[in-house]
Amino acid sequence: MADIYLDNNATTQCDPKVVEAMLPFFLEQFGNPSSIHSFGAGVGRALGKARKQIQALLGAAHDSEIILTSCGTESDNTAILSALKCFPNRKEIITTTVEHPAVLALCTQLEKEGYTIHRLGVDSKGRLDLEEYKRVLTPNVAIVSVMWANNETGNLFPVEEMAEMAHAVGVQFHTDAVQAVGKVPINLKNTKIDMLSVSGHKLHAPKGIGVLYLKRGSRFRPLFRGGHQERGRRAGTENAASVVGLGKACELALEHIEYENTQVKVLRDRLEQGILSQVPNCFVTGDPNNRLPNTANIAFEYIEGEGILMLLNKAGIAASSGSACTSGSLEPSHVMRAMDIPYTAAHGTIRFSLSRYTTQVEVDRVIAAVPPIVAELRRLSPYWGEDGPVTEPEKAFAPVYG
Amino acid sequence: MWDYSDKVKEHFFQPRNVGALPGANGIGDVGSISCGDALRLSIIVDPDTDIIEDAKFQTFGCGSAIASSSALTEIIKGMKVEEALKVTNDDIADFLDGLPPEKMHCSVMGREALQAAIANFKGEEWADDHEEGALVCKCFAVDEKLIEGLVRANNLHTVQEVTNYTKAGGGCCACHEGIEEILMRVMEERGEIFDADSKPAIVEPEPLPIAATATGGMTTVQRIRRIEAVIESIRPNLRMDGGDAELVEVDGNTIYIKMIGACSSCGMASMTIGGIQQRLMEELGEFIKVVPAEKLAQPPRKVAHG
Repeated sequence: MADIYLDNNATTQCDPKVVEAMLPFFLEQFGNPSSIHSFGAGVGRALGKARKQIQALLGAAHDSEIILTSCGTESDNTAILSALKCFPNRKEIITTTVEHPAVLALCTQLEKEGYTIHRLGVDSKGRLDLEEYKRVLTPNVAIVSVMWANNETGNLFPVEEMAEMAHAVGVQFHTDAVQAVGKVPINLKNTKIDMLSVSGHKLHAPKGIGVLYLKRGSRFRPLFRGGHQERGRRAGTENAASVVGLGKACELALEHIEYENTQVKVLRDRLEQGILSQVPNCFVTGDPNNRLPNTANIAFEYIEGEGILMLLNKAGIAASSGSACTSGSLEPSHVMRAMDIPYTAAHGTIRFSLSRYTTQVEVDRVIAAVPPIVAELRRLSPYWGEDGPVTEPEKAFAPVYG
Repeated sequence: MWDYSDKVKEHFFQPRNVGALPGANGIGDVGSISCGDALRLSIIVDPDTDIIEDAKFQTFGCGSAIASSSALTEIIKGMKVEEALKVTNDDIADFLDGLPPEKMHCSVMGREALQAAIANFKGEEWADDHEEGALVCKCFAVDEKLIEGLVRANNLHTVQEVTNYTKAGGGCCACHEGIEEILMRVMEERGEIFDADSKPAIVEPEPLPIAATATGGMTTVQRIRRIEAVIESIRPNLRMDGGDAELVEVDGNTIYIKMIGACSSCGMASMTIGGIQQRLMEELGEFIKVVPAEKLAQPPRKVAHG
């Protein structure tokens, strides 16, 4: 039996049609798109077509608003650093406690360099407090950067509304939308969003290609200077084959967006209900009523995530965890901590993320595999008794230096 | 996923001695729920013979925490209490054919559980001096708290000094930014300013003479000199720990090195040899294997083979 891949928020398989579209750009149409000769001109046209395909998926008003980059992280860094250069007198940044490290680690560094970072907190379901946002949103802020969808819980944030609020006080708004693009409908021309990051490999395009959407008229300073590529806003020879692949992937994503929000969602709900109905002491993290259609994040209490992943892997199932051990850090996922999930549950969170390739047969195999794995690890756990948690678990087992 | 040894996987997938132990007369609970690893070790000691008759564990933790717990129970069963007190975390890691540097703390937790359980058996209060910070140096598994403590206690100023005291930063050098941040923080506390222009921790040797590169490589003499130079650059760290290393033989791509003094008995010896091998590979630009001199089948030959 083939292995089952439920880690699509980490990365996705390239769609075969994407690979097919890319292949001519390695051996035949290998020219530099900036060149005048026949080797280059065709490539230039192909990039133009890809830009249109990307524009269509994002609902951007102009194809010149699409800046091609190497990845989502580059887009995030470019956006934030651009705003700091454009508004040198503004020393504050607003973001959230649950952003991806591509934004959070940069903000931590900027904090060391003297910037003030406002990190908006979330409640136990991972929701932002817009009143708190309003309080810190002043003309001293250079940029607001808030993700469209959270990678761990799938929670959706009200970025369109938050962009309106930022615009009203003259502050630029950026959103890291790498998890949202292709999974939720986006129509940027009707929003006040200034900048938006896309990552190709999250939507069945290859790794190493990304996009920074930049609204026409929004002030911008490039991160890379050099050639005239991307109208001087991102120098460096285009990753032509991957751009063509991303264009095709965007076209396919637009075709499948309804499927994602109906069929994939049905499978996700089936998986979640199947597990919750069979396994005691587990719960869904995040906001079940407002999240991506493909993501299920389940906390299994009193056991640790890496063990679950190793046993799942042995059963041919790929997922991911918010435990400290899977990342080599000392703390469990910052997203779980931000939602104040207790340690005994945060370390046992498992994220299942589906794609349009996921089948019902696969989902049913996972539903069957999970309960015995959880039971086996609980057999080893000092918090677990015969057939349930020990009475007052936190008191019954309170290790030294806990 | 981590690169676990087969032994670790075996002890994770089929852990030995799992569960509570009725009639246990020594119990040790250690670990940290915030870090996601905690362990209860239960032992039955025969008070007349002082022999650990049975041992069982219950662990909340990752694959290597469970494997370390399982290994610990296997190691100590049948041991006398005094013997068991000498079990180190390296013994546990060695039993499992090694652990990734990020996971060495799992073996430390095992040793501490053992000490706590024995203290409990003796009716003593086990005092814990455990302090663990984020891992800074992945080559030598050195954490932030250890570096910070030594910088403070020894009035250190440079990355080089930190490397000399802790080995941290002596391998791939990628953690030097992290070490500098610790230095800046601690030095600021004592009213000093970190000097970014201080000598770099590791000075790369001069490039090869043109003659050697033109002929496609080094002469045997150049190669051995280069190997000696690498060992020389590591030597201060080894001496700091009371040890040393000596080049004994070069046989094709196998390099025999003798670990001397404290290094010969050190639990980190295999890691040190791994570190030397890594450095040599980077320096020589070829695949080589460093082998302890004891592995030489016969007395070292006088002639080196290029």
